[in-house]
Amino acid sequence: MDELAPRRELTVSLRVNGAERRLTLDARTTLLDALRDGLHLAGTKKGCDLGQCGACTVLRDGRRITSCLTLAVMAEGTEIVTIEGLAADGALHPVQAAFVEHDGFQCGYCTPGQILSAVSLIREGRAGSDAEIREFMSGNLCRCGAYTNIVDAVRTAAGRTA
Amino acid sequence: MVPFAYAAARSAETAIARVVGVQGAEFIAGGTDMLQLLQERVREPSELIDITRLPLAEIAAGPEGARIGALARMADAADDPGIRQHFPVVAEALLASASPQVRNMATIGGNLLQRTRCLYFRDVATPCNRREPGSGCPAQEGENRLNAILGGSVQCIAVYPGDLAVALVALDAEVLVQGAGGKRTIPVERLHRVPGDTPHVETVLEAGDLITAVTIPASAHARRSHYLKVRDRASFEFALASAAVALEIEAGTIRQARVAVGGVATTPWRLRHVEEALAGRPLDAGVLREAAAHSAEGAEPRGKNAFKVMLLPRTVERALRTAGGLA
Repeated sequence: MDELAPRRELTVSLRVNGAERRLTLDARTTLLDALRDGLHLAGTKKGCDLGQCGACTVLRDGRRITSCLTLAVMAEGTEIVTIEGLAADGALHPVQAAFVEHDGFQCGYCTPGQILSAVSLIREGRAGSDAEIREFMSGNLCRCGAYTNIVDAVRTAAGRTA
Repeated sequence: MVPFAYAAARSAETAIARVVGVQGAEFIAGGTDMLQLLQERVREPSELIDITRLPLAEIAAGPEGARIGALARMADAADDPGIRQHFPVVAEALLASASPQVRNMATIGGNLLQRTRCLYFRDVATPCNRREPGSGCPAQEGENRLNAILGGSVQCIAVYPGDLAVALVALDAEVLVQGAGGKRTIPVERLHRVPGDTPHVETVLEAGDLITAVTIPASAHARRSHYLKVRDRASFEFALASAAVALEIEAGTIRQARVAVGGVATTPWRLRHVEEALAGRPLDAGVLREAAAHSAEGAEPRGKNAFKVMLLPRTVERALRTAGGLA
């Protein structure tokens, strides 16, 4: 019988953008706060902190999640990718390049989340039409209202990576 | 969030024993609702026992029926070819839920147990009989546009917010539950309780009960089923009214019908009188409209939610037309 020993403070090992990082955390720490405050990866943004805006979207084992609704301790053993981990050898990821090309942002606060969501959406095969892109990007809000250009960017990137 | 202790369970038995034995200990799985409730201090557990490492995520669905492990992610169940082909109402309800990110995280078992979105339940600065028994229900006379017209009481009119459970109720699905006293099955329709005088008792589950799987029986009507969700926005929003319908049609006659509704009631709500009004009748638009017209029978609107009395029958009718190929 394996006895459970719940603890308020834990040392966890997180794999983020290909690197193993050890952190000692309060059990309450969200993955979002661990990334920003613990690992100083501030590219992942905090918007609502309630899973409603998508600004904190990251990839967990290749699939998009909202890092504000994830306890950091529960991310142990998974592979996390943030906006800092997308570009390879100084070259923008195709989705990043498409956002620049189509001006898919205004203030830029929601953009890291939009881009990671779009990377995942394209992998999921959900870029079949503009309507499908809109539906499957609905977890990412843009208060500036750059949606039209975001759809253009996602469509373009999907066409290049498919 | 208030401080809590955390541990990941390696076996269901250990997790259950811990939640039964320790005051304030609770399970956590996908965490999508739990984290919101922790952030808002609606829940203040002493311990969270992580069950996501238990082997309960398998999905098997085909012409003989479906078994969905409680830890299957909503996105995986929605995309499962067997679910999509044999139980379309389930796949559609899942895809109409939340956002892609949340569907990648949230589990099937956790989704069934998500808590109400009633504004007062989620705001600890206000009274709420469901959150704090005996404190009152400001929704009765207050901001109740989103609240229930069916199944409410003077103590509580909070809407059951989910989509999946509505689809499962329409298909006579069951949950498999493991608890301190062993295993048992519960029809999804009997999982949630209407508030009555005890709105804080939301389900028939007891402390430490763990949903391990959902099973759905195969049927002809399940294959011709549909989920329609009407909401304030086109996507990523809870239902104002929703309908899960299933029809078995033979030679232009409705042999059997199943109708359950969401967004309007305190629990996933089955409309047996509408089903009975459809059974044996010819499949035509007039029959569907006439049957759907009774959907809100017995409704008790409380002011701002009165529009649901008209919205509900229209939602049911449109869902039936789509399922029947008359859209």
